[in-house]
Amino acid sequence: MNAIKTIIKRELSSYFATPIAYVFIVIFLIMSGVFGFYFGNLYERGQADLIPFFNFHPWLYLFLVPAVAMRLWSEERNSGNIELLMTLPVKKMDWVLGKFFAAWLFIGLALLLTFPMVISINYLGDPDNGLILASYLGSFLLAGGFLAIGSCLSAATKNQVIAFILSVVTCFLFLLSGFPMVLNFFKLFLPQVLVDAIASTSFLTHYDSITKGVLDLGDFTYFGLTIGLWMYATALIIDMKKAD
Amino acid sequence: MIECLNLSKKFGHFTAVKDLSFTAERGQVLGFLGPNGAGKSTTMKMITGFLEPSAGSIKVCGIDIGDDPIAVKQKIGYLPEGAPSYGEMEVGQFLNFIAALRGIETPMIKPAVESVISRVNLENVYYQKIETLSKGFKRRVGLAQAIIHDPEVLIMDEPTDGLDPNQKHQVRQLITDMSKDKTIILSTHILEEVHAVCDRAIIIAGGELVADNTPTEMENMSRYHQAVSFVSDLNTDLLNKIKDMDCVLDVSYDARLNEVTVFPTQGLFIFDEISEFLRKESIQVKSLKMEAGRLDEVFRNITQPMGEREVVK
Repeated sequence: MNAIKTIIKRELSSYFATPIAYVFIVIFLIMSGVFGFYFGNLYERGQADLIPFFNFHPWLYLFLVPAVAMRLWSEERNSGNIELLMTLPVKKMDWVLGKFFAAWLFIGLALLLTFPMVISINYLGDPDNGLILASYLGSFLLAGGFLAIGSCLSAATKNQVIAFILSVVTCFLFLLSGFPMVLNFFKLFLPQVLVDAIASTSFLTHYDSITKGVLDLGDFTYFGLTIGLWMYATALIIDMKKAD
Repeated sequence: MIECLNLSKKFGHFTAVKDLSFTAERGQVLGFLGPNGAGKSTTMKMITGFLEPSAGSIKVCGIDIGDDPIAVKQKIGYLPEGAPSYGEMEVGQFLNFIAALRGIETPMIKPAVESVISRVNLENVYYQKIETLSKGFKRRVGLAQAIIHDPEVLIMDEPTDGLDPNQKHQVRQLITDMSKDKTIILSTHILEEVHAVCDRAIIIAGGELVADNTPTEMENMSRYHQAVSFVSDLNTDLLNKIKDMDCVLDVSYDARLNEVTVFPTQGLFIFDEISEFLRKESIQVKSLKMEAGRLDEVFRNITQPMGEREVVK
């Protein structure tokens, strides 16, 4: 546990020792604002809620989260640092989790910095703040899911660009499987049970239900399981690939 | 103490290390010699727990690495090839980070870092980012992280590679100082280093152990062992006279340096005979000396495949 804390601390401080942190946060804030207000017609709708703002988060994360995740392991492998890390008396899972949580906390911080949105909407009207809180939670879990995928694929290659592209594609597939367009296509020839099964693997389905204010244990379990499985896969892939 | 028994490592169809067995005792500095790609680094990676052996067993301080890898890693300090570290961190931050992960208790971290900083002379770069340091300093940071927890076993992959002569001397001094109560393994390409720091040397070629001796014993294997050389203008007659002496196996003459080398018949001490002969013939010589043996010649002879070997007379 101590090791995980030490690793998280180092990772976080390394984000802020380089421009990565500032670039990421600024881009995230600008994009989420632009998407929410401009494309989401936050004003024109005339409703005091942040639904348009949160609706764009999956698409924003699709590119920004893999950008954070791509360096998690591929950089360590590329620089040869992995040899140092794996010969310290620390369990492999501690490394995997420590690096993951540091990146997740970092994205969480960027998410927290969107708080002026909440203040503005409260100034403009009388929104359901419980729903906004639930949406933030959903958004954070969604980011965690994307990050876990990115962590695993980053361990699979020494090249950050490849890690980025693989992560974007994989995350996109996990989003897509909940899209009405895709589900309608499957409905043509698959029984409803299987269509539901496909829909249930989607980040979008579970994210939507949380941001609608439905706090179902199933959705939380889904994100927990997804993150856990991808973490486990990360550890396996590090073992397989570390010698290359 | 390190015990390796019938160690093998395969990568796909390629066998990097083949049935390697050796032990290194406490208080001993063991040198790994061998051409590039011989399996030195792979062996070190297996001892430090980075790679799992395909076959065979490794015991460090009596603990089998397969049984308790974390306990073994705790006892080892390791300087990987090229001394990797986090470039964006300051030297002090990095050493504090490693100390914490090494399990040094929080109140003891500060004294441990201070002590290691002064031992490898890093005082002036404590607040400098590692990526801005010169190669020599980076190597010293790598060395510092390897010895910060005062390990029983120290494993270093080419610790002096790329350092200038002063830095090399410093690192060797440090290794010699630490060798009394530790087991140290280092790999090197520099044969003079074997003499300077190692008590014993292992030569690995093609993943197999081909020699396990003290540096002196290795020199004794050289045909230059107890050969006599001197600089002089000799005519062919005189050279042939020397060649015809009973105790002389062969004579070589380097025209560029004007240097004559007289090789003795196996194991004979011929220095007196040769100097006596030179005096009798009243030949003017410069720098008459006896050779101890040449490690590089021995190295080439036992690591090159049969066909490429120099003929040993």
